[in-house]
Amino acid sequence: MADVSLTSPISAPTGAALTTADGKPLKAALASAQARAKRRAFFLVLPLLLFVLITFIVPIGQMLHRSVHNNSFTEHRDFGTNERTPIMTNLGAWFDENPAGTEPDEAAYAALVADLRGLRELRAQGQVGTRINYDVSGTRSLFTKSARRAERLEPPFKEALLDVDEDWADPELWRAMRDASSPYTLNFYLAAVDLTRDETGAVVQVNENRRVYVTLFIRTLLLSALITGLCFLLGFPVAHLLATLPLRYSNLLMILVLLPFWTSLLVRTTSWIVLLQSQGVVNDTMVALGIIGDDGRVQMIYNQIGTIIAMTHILLPFMVLPLYSVMRPIDPSYVRAARSLGASSWTAFRRVYLPQTVPGIGAGSLLVFILAVGYYITPALVGGSSGQLISNLIAFHMQDSLNWSLAAALASLLLGGVLILYWLYDRLVGIDNLKLG
Amino acid sequence: MASTVSTDAFVEFDRVQKSYDGETLVVKDLNLSMPKGEFLTMLGPSGSGKTTCLMMLAGFETATHGEIRLDGREINNIPPHKRGIGMVFQNYALFPHMTVAENLAFPLEVRGMGKSEREDRVQRALDMVQMGDFGGRRPAQLSGGQQQRIALARALVFDPALVLMDEPLGALDKQLREHMQYEIKHLHENLGITVVYVTHDQSEALTMSDRVAVFNDGVIQQLAPPDELYERPDNSFVAQFIGENNRLHGKVINRAGDAVLVQLPDGKQCEALAVNCGETGAETLISVRPERVNVGGAAGPNTTEGRVLELIYLGDHIRCRMNVHGNDDFIVKVPNAAGHKHLSLGETTQVTWATEDARALDPIS
Repeated sequence: MADVSLTSPISAPTGAALTTADGKPLKAALASAQARAKRRAFFLVLPLLLFVLITFIVPIGQMLHRSVHNNSFTEHRDFGTNERTPIMTNLGAWFDENPAGTEPDEAAYAALVADLRGLRELRAQGQVGTRINYDVSGTRSLFTKSARRAERLEPPFKEALLDVDEDWADPELWRAMRDASSPYTLNFYLAAVDLTRDETGAVVQVNENRRVYVTLFIRTLLLSALITGLCFLLGFPVAHLLATLPLRYSNLLMILVLLPFWTSLLVRTTSWIVLLQSQGVVNDTMVALGIIGDDGRVQMIYNQIGTIIAMTHILLPFMVLPLYSVMRPIDPSYVRAARSLGASSWTAFRRVYLPQTVPGIGAGSLLVFILAVGYYITPALVGGSSGQLISNLIAFHMQDSLNWSLAAALASLLLGGVLILYWLYDRLVGIDNLKLG
Repeated sequence: MASTVSTDAFVEFDRVQKSYDGETLVVKDLNLSMPKGEFLTMLGPSGSGKTTCLMMLAGFETATHGEIRLDGREINNIPPHKRGIGMVFQNYALFPHMTVAENLAFPLEVRGMGKSEREDRVQRALDMVQMGDFGGRRPAQLSGGQQQRIALARALVFDPALVLMDEPLGALDKQLREHMQYEIKHLHENLGITVVYVTHDQSEALTMSDRVAVFNDGVIQQLAPPDELYERPDNSFVAQFIGENNRLHGKVINRAGDAVLVQLPDGKQCEALAVNCGETGAETLISVRPERVNVGGAAGPNTTEGRVLELIYLGDHIRCRMNVHGNDDFIVKVPNAAGHKHLSLGETTQVTWATEDARALDPIS
């Protein structure tokens, strides 16, 4: 009967708060008892938390910010003194006073000339010209040239400027300057999907010969899907073999699967070049065997085929390992049970074995697809021009054209696409069904 | 155990041999025939070949030599899914991605049965194992005993004539195991199915079976009903494996019909029933069950002195370890009946057993 007194506080009416023996509320007592352990646990994960915050969350936040924010038209930063000076203020004020679509009058041109003089002093005309050049090509030299001459211009400034270059009358240029005068803009996202604004501000498609990004996005998604499919078709039997072979054989096979992991990416990619180029091992062998003529060598690298082959090879372990980790614990008695219940070996595979490997298929496919979508080095090395993916263009805008906002917009779209896929996967399969190892 | 086709045999192993590596035989010359409706248990230590036999019958292993017949038809080359044999696995092998009802419907579905009939049968099978309300659950949401019932129902739902069970109760705790033993036995009686049951648990085998085949070293040592197996073991392995057993080594000095006189190492003699021993001069091993030894009773042909070494009180009986004929491990069970003899440690008393309870067997092991 001793347990009656022990259980009585628990079976007390739910309205009354439970207390410990000395009258402290039970919840508070529990919290203080666990506080120390919780604090310790928090301090243990703190380094990783900070690391992730600094190297992952902050850069992504910056990238997202940069994709909608570009202040090179409104602010100049001196890299020596780190001093920030507002620029193009006069023109900015005129844009604020006059609604979009207003024909630029003398006041506008006067403001422009005043700003150009300011640019000349700060040597910021190149920065501003580059910014407008993103939207209206061929305008960078317009700014540098006009800023050089701005000091000597006399009123009326409209005629004077048009005298320097009559491109200043272009309504598209004025529309671009108006857009750029506010640092926050969605124009980079428009540019990232081959759209732009016409002189009235309406969203239109860019010229046909300048439409590249949508095609590249589609190509990236299609190639990634294809590579994921190939990895699945090649990886599933290997993973199954790994999971069912006796341990000493499966260990050997596992080493072969993991071998690509232990080799430098560059070495692997280079060896594919050696194998696949027109004078390479594969072509030479086929010519020697008489399968193809010497003049009919197959182009297997520096195009999409090269990208597909090399990336499938590199990403294969990412498919095999999750599949293997899911298949290994599947007891062979499941399939045996299905067979004894009357299922043919194919039915047993389809109805009993395959559904149990879905977490592995999902994890492997998601992993391979996400890696493939963002792959950069392999397409850059073996992709030629037809095998380039969207990440190569992001790199181009980061390193060569220095249009970081466009690069950020493209990368954000890629990130958004991957997140949508992840969400879809969660809806269809369930994220808790994901097993990476 | 003739190798001819007998007409009433439902399952028949005819000179079956099995080797995995081509060097050793796991199953050596197995001949076994069982009639329809029998509950036969294959009992033996691990590695004795009993599970291999079951797997050959199910079709998951192929016999290296010999014929296996089911209902008069040779099934060596019939794939498992066309044999129509229900099977219960040790770990139940319930499909984790299907509900209980889907698990049960699976064998009916692959046979192309219509939906309404399927649901009907599934419900009947669930009711049969008293799990009627559990159709919508997943196997992982069930306890071990419930999973066991579902596995049983799934193996029976498509009305197989033969059901194989591979240590199906191995993962359950003792109480549940005993309960399930009776339940399986009753299902067998009510449905009239033929069951081949594999276990290494002798009490399970004795409780449930019509006949038990004791396996060792790839050979059936004895095939007999439980009582015969216990009371009249054919050889020392069976005597040792089933139940408790006192062993006395000795040499045959005289043989007259069924009775032999055996010379024991301490110089005394003992009369025994000749079951599996050689002629005069051969080594033999006498087996006596602990409960057949009488303490302090009337003297007979096999009366000798025993010194009490250890006493363990077990409620219904007292287990007494004695030195008898120089054997320190001679166990005697003294029933805790009214007026039984009270023994004390170190005491020397008279022990007696009947000649037919002392079985002279082969000397090995």
